[in-house]
Amino acid sequence: MSDVRRAPSGATAGQAVIVEGLTKRFGNGPAVLDRLDLAIAPGEFVALLGHSGSGKSTLLRTLCGLDDVTEGTVSRPSEVSVVFQESRLLPWKRVWQNVVLGQDGADRRARAEAVLREVGLGHRIDAWPLTLSGGEAQRAALARALVREPAFLLLDEPFAALDALTRLKMQQLVSDLWVRHRCAVLLVTHDVDEALLLADRAVVLERGRIRTDLPITLDRPRRHADPTFERLRATLLESLGVHDA
Amino acid sequence: MSDTLIGFGARQRTRPALRVSGRAVAVRLRRFLSPVLLVVAWQIACSSGVLSTRLVASPAQIVTTGWSLLHDGTLPTNLSVSLIRAVSGLAIALVVGVSLALMSGLSRVGEDLIDAPLQILRTLPALALVPLFILWFGIGETPKVLLVALGATFPIYLNLHKGIRAIDPKLLEMARTLGLSRGRTIREVILPGALPDLLVGLRFAVGISWLMLVVAEQVNADSGIGHMMMDAEDFLRTDIILVGLFIYGLLGLASDQIVRFLETNLLAWRPSYRAVGRTS
Repeated sequence: MSDVRRAPSGATAGQAVIVEGLTKRFGNGPAVLDRLDLAIAPGEFVALLGHSGSGKSTLLRTLCGLDDVTEGTVSRPSEVSVVFQESRLLPWKRVWQNVVLGQDGADRRARAEAVLREVGLGHRIDAWPLTLSGGEAQRAALARALVREPAFLLLDEPFAALDALTRLKMQQLVSDLWVRHRCAVLLVTHDVDEALLLADRAVVLERGRIRTDLPITLDRPRRHADPTFERLRATLLESLGVHDA
Repeated sequence: MSDTLIGFGARQRTRPALRVSGRAVAVRLRRFLSPVLLVVAWQIACSSGVLSTRLVASPAQIVTTGWSLLHDGTLPTNLSVSLIRAVSGLAIALVVGVSLALMSGLSRVGEDLIDAPLQILRTLPALALVPLFILWFGIGETPKVLLVALGATFPIYLNLHKGIRAIDPKLLEMARTLGLSRGRTIREVILPGALPDLLVGLRFAVGISWLMLVVAEQVNADSGIGHMMMDAEDFLRTDIILVGLFIYGLLGLASDQIVRFLETNLLAWRPSYRAVGRTS
């Protein structure tokens, strides 16, 4: 942890997150992350793509402080929140208690209520987590991330386990929330369309290095039928090694 | 439970439902049929002299004896002595078992120091320690309470320790990303997560404490249900012995119900317990 500099939100050269020369290896194996450089501006939405084993998860774990930095430097805001693929709610605490877990203050319930209403879960405030559907549980996890007012939000394939329709709704929700909160976001995903719908920039990771760093300059809301969308999609798939006919 | 509820509601409404309720009642009665028949056969065997009362007392005799033991104060006195022994032994086991499990569950050093000796001691049959306990603690209340405590400590320790170690690492990671302190993680994540296992351990412990108590009271005691039964043996009073057995059975049943009650209330977040709570 000693190498992680806690930057005040957006201070260092106008960036929220700066990764420089980050190298990571497990044991004597090949580098999982290889002298990686990445900068995310305040309020920027970055999608991180890559095959399994490309180092996506390792980068995410380092950025949220679960893994230590051994080589290189990482500077990030102190208010970082994560949403994982699984909701990771504590089953023995009611939904609102999960949202404000670890938060102090007499207005805990009111704050939980407000943010749960914001993610469309106002009617399940007192529910037990095991009674929630997959989509509802992810909404609760999003609420738990947002109640901390993060300057940097990490999303680790948060919709991967949801059905297609729920996923569309959740993508819309994340897009709306991001417009309102304007925090820097790093979305780890396998879904090229998702990246193109949501992000300002798509970064493709390959063998621990950035292979492609593609700005997505489309206007929002984005349409799949847009020719630019199609072109960007082809570029991203190509750099992921999928050749679309 | 649910079939009687359905039957009761239905009986007041329609004729076909009456048949359903009639069948439901019949099913329930059938479950009681064989025990009742057994008791009747037992009574007949005793009354006709086929079974000697020196071997086993008749059901009617047991009821009469139970009633008189209740009235002359023998039963209440011995029962309260036994209860106090069991409850204090169990309380000691709870404190010791939970403390040891916390120490070895929450720190690697603790596990190295505590777990190995406990795993070795656990393989000893606790009842084999009776002679040693009498030498160490005499024949008063101490060896009896400690014997109960010793037997009940292991299931509590083993289950709670397992529960703490089995906490989903993903939840612990989540706690770290939320910036929860160590103390708070223990309070909010680890302990509630291990509670179901603790309750399983408690259930085993309750069962074992009655077992330990029976032995402790029969080997060396001047009071308690076990003593009452041993005393009766000298006078060939099979009726008193059977009353004692009946009381032990009731105690086991009642304590199991208490633990079940705890489970339903403390684990309300588990879907299975909620479902049970709703239908009964």
